[in-house]
Amino acid sequence: MSEVVKKFMYLNRKAPYGTIYAWESLEVVLIGAAFDQEVSLMFMDDGVFQLTKGQDTTGIGMKNFSPTYRTLGDYEVKSIYVDADSLVARGLTQDDLVQVAWEDWESGEEKENIVEVVDAARVKEIMEESDVIFSF
Amino acid sequence: MGIEVNGKVYEVDEEGYLSNIQEWEPGVAEVMAKEDNLTLTDEHWDIINFLREYYEEYQIAPAVRVLTKAVGKKLGKDKGNSKYLYGLFPYGPAKQACRYAGLPKPTGCV
Repeated sequence: MSEVVKKFMYLNRKAPYGTIYAWESLEVVLIGAAFDQEVSLMFMDDGVFQLTKGQDTTGIGMKNFSPTYRTLGDYEVKSIYVDADSLVARGLTQDDLVQVAWEDWESGEEKENIVEVVDAARVKEIMEESDVIFSF
Repeated sequence: MGIEVNGKVYEVDEEGYLSNIQEWEPGVAEVMAKEDNLTLTDEHWDIINFLREYYEEYQIAPAVRVLTKAVGKKLGKDKGNSKYLYGLFPYGPAKQACRYAGLPKPTGCV
């Protein structure tokens, strides 16, 4: 549709609650989907907690927006990367993270889960390939 | 601000969206539609119910393009296009139908 398709990366490094960064980032991704760019998300440091399953926010009186990540495949997000070292440092594995399905509505191509755990070398590569990085 | 449904008053924001999603009942949609001079048919309710299910699962109201695609997948290709949806909800399928469904205004809608 658009003439120039750029690779956008949203880099998420903060815990989901306590600051507004995680939610703001998610909102920008949802809004930005209208621009037909190639979008990927990277989760590093405490940002990996944003994707954890079973979040319960009743004690802090905030909306639990973690279910929203599961709809990102419908919002033109093609890849979701998680830094392996950040996961290990927090005692987490991929099993602790939500799954995000992706489907190309035109071709019918489907992926059951686009959340991918990547090592530091790959993180560097993916960042270098990106045209624009939004850091939250 | 508020709207009255069967003698009960529900609080709405300045754009007419229900303040508390949990309070919603079908009568809310009926009253809002009546104010817009619209009579709700089964086809309208398919979309309203779909939006409520979507919100329940993902905690957001879908953007209109996502709504269009998802409706096409769930209710059939003949319904998954903006012409059909705008026919039902002339003020914009995402905005108007979300309001009737008691959801907040979709993210990214102006």
